[in-house]
Amino acid sequence: MIKNIGQKMYKWADDRYDLSPILKYVSEKNVPVHNHTVWYYMGGVTLFLFITQVVTGILLLFYYRPGADSAYESMRFILTEVNFGWLIRSIHSWSANLMVFFVFVHMFSTFFTRSYKNPRELTWLTGFALLALSLGFGFSGYLLPWNELAFFATKVGTDIVGAIPVIGKPLMVVLRGGEDVTGATLTRFYAFHVAMLPAIFTVLLFVHVLFVQKQGMSEPDENNKSKKTMPFFPDFFLRDALLWLIVLNILLFLSVFYPWDLGFKADPFSPAPAGIAPEWYFMFMFQTLKMIPAHVFTIEGEILGIMFFMVAGLAWALVPFWEFKSKRKGFSNPMNIIGIVSIAFIIIMTIIGYTS
Amino acid sequence: MMRRLYIFLLITGCLFLWEPNLLQAEVTEQLIEQDKCVSCHLEMELLPEDFQKYDIHLQIGLSCAGCHGGDPTTDDPELSMSPAKGFIGKPALKDIPKFCGKCHSDIGIMRVYQPRIATDQVTQYYTSVHGIKLKKGDTKVAECVSCHTAHAIPSGKDGRSTVYPLNIPEMCNKCHGQADYMSEYNIPTDQYEKYAQSVHGINLLEHKDLGAPVCNDCHGNHGATPPGIESVSHVCGGCHINNLEHFKESPMATPYVELEIHACEQCHGYHEVLATNDEMVGVGEESVCTECHASGDAGYKAAEQIYGSLKMFVSVYDSAEEKLKEVQRKGMDDVDILFYLQEANQILIHTRNLTHTFIPEKVAEKTREGVEKSRQAITLAGTEISDYYFRRRGFGIASLFITVLVIALFFRIRSMDKEKTEKE
Repeated sequence: MIKNIGQKMYKWADDRYDLSPILKYVSEKNVPVHNHTVWYYMGGVTLFLFITQVVTGILLLFYYRPGADSAYESMRFILTEVNFGWLIRSIHSWSANLMVFFVFVHMFSTFFTRSYKNPRELTWLTGFALLALSLGFGFSGYLLPWNELAFFATKVGTDIVGAIPVIGKPLMVVLRGGEDVTGATLTRFYAFHVAMLPAIFTVLLFVHVLFVQKQGMSEPDENNKSKKTMPFFPDFFLRDALLWLIVLNILLFLSVFYPWDLGFKADPFSPAPAGIAPEWYFMFMFQTLKMIPAHVFTIEGEILGIMFFMVAGLAWALVPFWEFKSKRKGFSNPMNIIGIVSIAFIIIMTIIGYTS
Repeated sequence: MMRRLYIFLLITGCLFLWEPNLLQAEVTEQLIEQDKCVSCHLEMELLPEDFQKYDIHLQIGLSCAGCHGGDPTTDDPELSMSPAKGFIGKPALKDIPKFCGKCHSDIGIMRVYQPRIATDQVTQYYTSVHGIKLKKGDTKVAECVSCHTAHAIPSGKDGRSTVYPLNIPEMCNKCHGQADYMSEYNIPTDQYEKYAQSVHGINLLEHKDLGAPVCNDCHGNHGATPPGIESVSHVCGGCHINNLEHFKESPMATPYVELEIHACEQCHGYHEVLATNDEMVGVGEESVCTECHASGDAGYKAAEQIYGSLKMFVSVYDSAEEKLKEVQRKGMDDVDILFYLQEANQILIHTRNLTHTFIPEKVAEKTREGVEKSRQAITLAGTEISDYYFRRRGFGIASLFITVLVIALFFRIRSMDKEKTEKE
């Protein structure tokens, strides 16, 4: 019965739009099979988490009211009065964190498998931009509940932006909507979070996925001989679905058993409470800036740190254009060493940040 | 640039000098140097034993001659301490109130220092037991110096003052606690011990709560006297306003006066006022009602009914509090429950006050309100707790469904792989 309806609907659409090229593409699409195939799933998981973000974000928009006098109150309403509001909010927060985590995993897996190489430079670049936008999502979304921790973390975060030489101060004023973090900052961050960033992100994501579809999955050099593949549909698709379901289960578990706190309402006139910390994915940068001495030679420590991260970020984005080419494997490959040192730096700084 | 710095330093320096305490200290030092009474007595080490530079009189520039008369400008003892110069010397004990009252009873002098200062201390004093006895020639009683000291009188707000609230009980106890000294007056000397164990004493002496009543809050300051039968309730009612109002409306008010029973004191004691508890009401072992009422009389029945209503309310309220704790332990939303409980708590306080009406219906009526609020809190807490389990059950069902899908997918993938291998 259902099958019949399905067939009729397909025929109806096929008669009008000729679906055969799409069907042909899907049926002929293959995914390489090798020791590193598992990393192919990371992009998919990130996509799944992004879709979760969009769906839960839209649901939150039904009740969320931006503004210094209404943001916290509406969040409280969502958490206490709205049916399943607590679940939607918690999924949104957990999914955001998991998404950033998987974006990092996806990026490093791409880095270590050299998938960024010619002809996929633009895929890497769009991916890097998507990572930056994900961090932007995190930073702007953190302030939206207008609670104490978010308020002061945003103050510190935008202060750091303000320390960037030349463009820092005007950029900070643009971000804050004035000299200080106020209700104007909140509405501005809201606009970034629900309109600007999603629009840019969706376009870039479309381009990113289009590049991947056009060029196919990148294969590690050592796999060139075997050329073993599996069909995308249904083999890879079902495996992807399996992983998405597992991630969904984890997401639900975290949201039910470790629901996200709302905290206390932000009070711009109160002194900063103890334990102000940025989101975990900014911790390594925050900790590094804290550890740099106030002055290194004649340069201010904070400025030096910001410059370091800007240069490092730019270098990372441009990896396909400057990488050290080497046939060596493991630790003798300079690019592997760069990747491992970067991961070690991020992990160590994050741990110090949370324990110091 | 340097000019600006000098101006800044000059202004800061002036502000610094204007800081009131520093300025006063300066005045005191100058006074000590210039006043011949102080400088000579200091040199000869003949200053009074209790002499302190922080004495408020000295601080405002009032030296020895201000009270004792004489001429402080000459170091010739014959001249400076000559009666012709108004020298009075050390006043006799019986003359001390008038001696201090020279200034303290004159608003014209005192308003310079504090526009709203009281000047009726001496008048009040002579209405007190102390004052009456002093007038009769009993010099063992307290006069101004006994409580305030003679030459070490800081402001009453200063912790060093003998009349600072925390110091008052011990100050009064200096005389009232000495059995020998007080023997001829035939009054108890264990007030301090009783007070220290009372709810008031514990709050003041242990918790340093300056709001807790001390001796003078009930007995008066300068007009110190034991409260009479009719005034006891007014003394306590000064702070416990609602209880007094309820008592005045109660059927017990008139009989108490007629039977010469001290209103509050009869049930609560006076110096040993203990923290109250609900068992004081009713007919149980700790009941104070049964001290006068016996089984069968109307008062006994009323006590039973009041106790019953109160206990029922307290038990529902306690259950609501337990439920609240459970909600908090489970990390669920407790805000509205807290609001209900706050209201219930207010009603509970009011209900306990209403026991002073001794009218069971009034207590029962208030109790119903409180029970209603507590039950609303319990219902809300119940919803939160069931929501907590609903969430977990919901997760369990969703998770089970997802897990079944995961397993099904896993086996589907495996069988597909197997088919493919067989084909190959």
